[in-house]
Amino acid sequence: MAQATKKKPLAAAPDLIAAARIAAQSHFRTLRLGTPFQPRLDALAKTQDWYNWAGYRAPHSLWDEELEYFAIRSQAALFDISPMTKYRIEGPDAEAFLDRVTLRDVTRLRPGRVHYTAWCDDEGFVLDDGTLFRLSPTRFRLCSQERHLPWLLDSALGFEVTVEEETEAVAGLALQGPTSFAVLRDAGFAGVDKLKVFDLAEFEHDGATVTISRTGFTGDLGYELFVAADKALSLWDRLMTSGEPRGIRAIGYTALNRARLEAGLIVANADFTTAEHAIRADRLRMPDEIGLGFMIDLEKGHFNGRRAILEARTKRRLLHVLVGLEIEGNIPAEHAIVYYRKSQEVGLVSAAMWSPMAKRNIAIASLARPYGDTLVEDLWVEIYAMRELQYQKLMKRAKVVARPFIKLDRRTSNPPADF
Amino acid sequence: MKAWDAIIIGGGHNGLVNACYLQRAGLDVLVVEKNDWVGGAATSRELTPGFLYSNCSYVCSLFRPEIMRDLELPRFGLQVISYEGGAVFTRDGDYLANYRDHDAHRREFARFSKRDAEAYDRYARDVTRQCRFIQPLLMRTAPDPTSLRPRDLGELLYLGKKFAGLSSEEMALTLRFWTMSISEFLDEYFETDVIKANFALSGIIGTALGPMSPGTAYVLLHHYMGEVDGSVGAWGYARGGMGAVTKALTASLKASGGTIRTGAEVDHVLVSRGKARGVVLAGGEEIYGKLVVSNADVKRTFLKLVEEKELPDIFLRRVKNFKIRGSSGKVNIALDSLPEFPALPMDSPVYRGDMHFTDSMERMERAYDDWKAGRWSADPFLDMVIPTTLDPTMAPPGKHFMSCFVQYAPPKVNGRDWTDADRDGFAESVIAQIAEYSPGFRDRIIHMEVRTPREIEAEVGLTEGNIFQGELTFDQLLFNRPVPGYAQYRSPVGGLYMCGSSTHPGGGVMGAPGRNAAAEILRDLAKSTSHMSLAHDVI
Repeated sequence: MAQATKKKPLAAAPDLIAAARIAAQSHFRTLRLGTPFQPRLDALAKTQDWYNWAGYRAPHSLWDEELEYFAIRSQAALFDISPMTKYRIEGPDAEAFLDRVTLRDVTRLRPGRVHYTAWCDDEGFVLDDGTLFRLSPTRFRLCSQERHLPWLLDSALGFEVTVEEETEAVAGLALQGPTSFAVLRDAGFAGVDKLKVFDLAEFEHDGATVTISRTGFTGDLGYELFVAADKALSLWDRLMTSGEPRGIRAIGYTALNRARLEAGLIVANADFTTAEHAIRADRLRMPDEIGLGFMIDLEKGHFNGRRAILEARTKRRLLHVLVGLEIEGNIPAEHAIVYYRKSQEVGLVSAAMWSPMAKRNIAIASLARPYGDTLVEDLWVEIYAMRELQYQKLMKRAKVVARPFIKLDRRTSNPPADF
Repeated sequence: MKAWDAIIIGGGHNGLVNACYLQRAGLDVLVVEKNDWVGGAATSRELTPGFLYSNCSYVCSLFRPEIMRDLELPRFGLQVISYEGGAVFTRDGDYLANYRDHDAHRREFARFSKRDAEAYDRYARDVTRQCRFIQPLLMRTAPDPTSLRPRDLGELLYLGKKFAGLSSEEMALTLRFWTMSISEFLDEYFETDVIKANFALSGIIGTALGPMSPGTAYVLLHHYMGEVDGSVGAWGYARGGMGAVTKALTASLKASGGTIRTGAEVDHVLVSRGKARGVVLAGGEEIYGKLVVSNADVKRTFLKLVEEKELPDIFLRRVKNFKIRGSSGKVNIALDSLPEFPALPMDSPVYRGDMHFTDSMERMERAYDDWKAGRWSADPFLDMVIPTTLDPTMAPPGKHFMSCFVQYAPPKVNGRDWTDADRDGFAESVIAQIAEYSPGFRDRIIHMEVRTPREIEAEVGLTEGNIFQGELTFDQLLFNRPVPGYAQYRSPVGGLYMCGSSTHPGGGVMGAPGRNAAAEILRDLAKSTSHMSLAHDVI
């Protein structure tokens, strides 16, 4: 167990430690693990379209990647988020520790609340973004794309706090879409109607506890559920049973990725490169350069990267900006180069799609300032659309627009609507 | 009497690379090799019927793909196969494996430390950044920092620009990397002893330094900047053993009209009026050449093959002081079946990779202590591979060739020369270590070749048996390799060039010294180098 605490964990006998280690050797035979929900996913995986999500076998799609998207927007979609990296952070100094590590003011995150946050290295470059769940005054869960245990443990020096990686131990589900509230209510989670956006609460499930938060990655009404791995299947079944009359469907990542783009949300190592993985120094990004400047709380005292971020701001050394683009036409501009005046290269599109909800051709792009920042006119994207073995090259006008690209009242309305 | 355009002393891989490039530039080239076979330290020899031994170098990664392409080596039979993993056996009956799959690699490390498992990405990032800085320098002549010639200034500027292109953090890391011990470097990332020992081995291989000696971090980098077909840092087996490299080079040279004479040991270089005129063989035969290129190490070249009176004092002193210390040996074994390691499941990919038994930094450093005291290590560090798990051409079906690189082995035992009894004792330390982890190992042995520094020097000609033709410490790198002022493959003797691993960028079966020397020679002859690829871009 990874520990950073003044209290030493009870030491196990050396031969017991070795025996446990040896018992774990056989992992090399299964390079892609199943999640706790794998039996259910396997049963539904008509497309058998898997990808590697942090060492897990995760579905790109289960039955139809386009229709799975519409399940999010019209009914309720169940997406397995178990492979997400999870850390349990606990102790009297947990709040102070997280306040020091992350950008936002953790003292203002009340127990029973969640916030979207990010954290930086000492040079102010973003290590990752993620969600921080405050489960109690002294207990938190940090969820992220990448892994950060050395960083968290090193930062924990001097704090009375334990940091434990619990990715495998905790199963996670995202239940997203207009009928998601009704599904949970009908499943018997009494009081779930009280959850406002970014609230969390614990509910009884199968003799154990499930943590339900009104959060998600779709910009829609939705919830995320965390439960001990051994209660995963019964939770899945409970939701599927109650959701059946309301059209609940299990979905893969492709559909979720479309929904998140409409919601204007970014993905680490897709829309920006995380600092511990950036081989090329010019790929590093400060929060202000990927649209996360709003998180920075300079009033709260020291946090990792504060000095560098402040200096970059005052000396105007912020080189990039992440923007939402609306592009003319309907051809997705995925990984297209962004030009100024059709000639000068100023950036790159990292994600793009035709948005069914906005009926617009949308994209997220990173541009070199001042383009996209103070200079937003006369921007173009060059789309190479492969059509029957020929590139149709299109130069399309791009307009910088605010994110999210869609705003759904049902996401925030209280009480949540019963569709 | 015929005068060759160029005579290359030594048919090692760099000598052959050099010869190939010169021959393809239109020169009439002769390679003279003292042994009855070519290859130097990159050979495959059938020492017992049916078994090919990679009896010196044994794995391939550093050999530059640009050279393979230019000299059409695949056409002449060269194939490199990536190996699948590796492991350090631990004394408590477990092992720590390295897997190619990123997530399996993390899970494996997590068996020992969740923290260190997640520290690997940062470590890999930093090492990769440094490799990217150094890689483009391999196929360029190091600039002379004191010269005002436009080319040197240009190269210095290139180096300066590359360095200036680094962030301040990376610059600091670069300087630390080039001067730190591998032990201290690994302390920055990992806290588990066996995990550090797992990485540290690349910092000491072939080096008369211990993991706690400054300068060993660079040696690690030197072993990481190779590739197998674009997979940077990967290592593989040459199909048919490491002799496949020099066999392909030989065929390439012959196809372009070059000549090789084996069994032709050079006694000395013919020098008159400060200029090399050819070589004199051990039997007295004189062979004339317009220029002479030595693939031998810098000590052998200038202390044995050239008369002292032909050389400037300072140069001579620096050559004498050049660090080229014997530190390793080899035990090559023919096995009648695949050895079993009870700790390692039989379906593990580790059998198709490199295996080690030194599971702590202290054991590694203690092994070095023995070297300092003039003894072979009682508890040696082994880099053990069984290439026949991937290469069916080296042994009869079902039988195996095992190569054990062994460290440390001093150039002299307690100040005196190695004896046969010493050699046997050295071999026993290796076999005993393997047998501890593989019961019944001794019974599988069909034949064994044991090479201490004595055998390596006598057969291959490497001074003290040093596999790199000189330590890869920062004081002996770039424009200081082999000695300041002579880092551009030329020597104080007109028409006498160096092309071995004593020159930039150093040792390993890389071919870059031979190639770079050819480029300098052709420049001196005002001949085209258009048949020589520039280094692949690092983007």
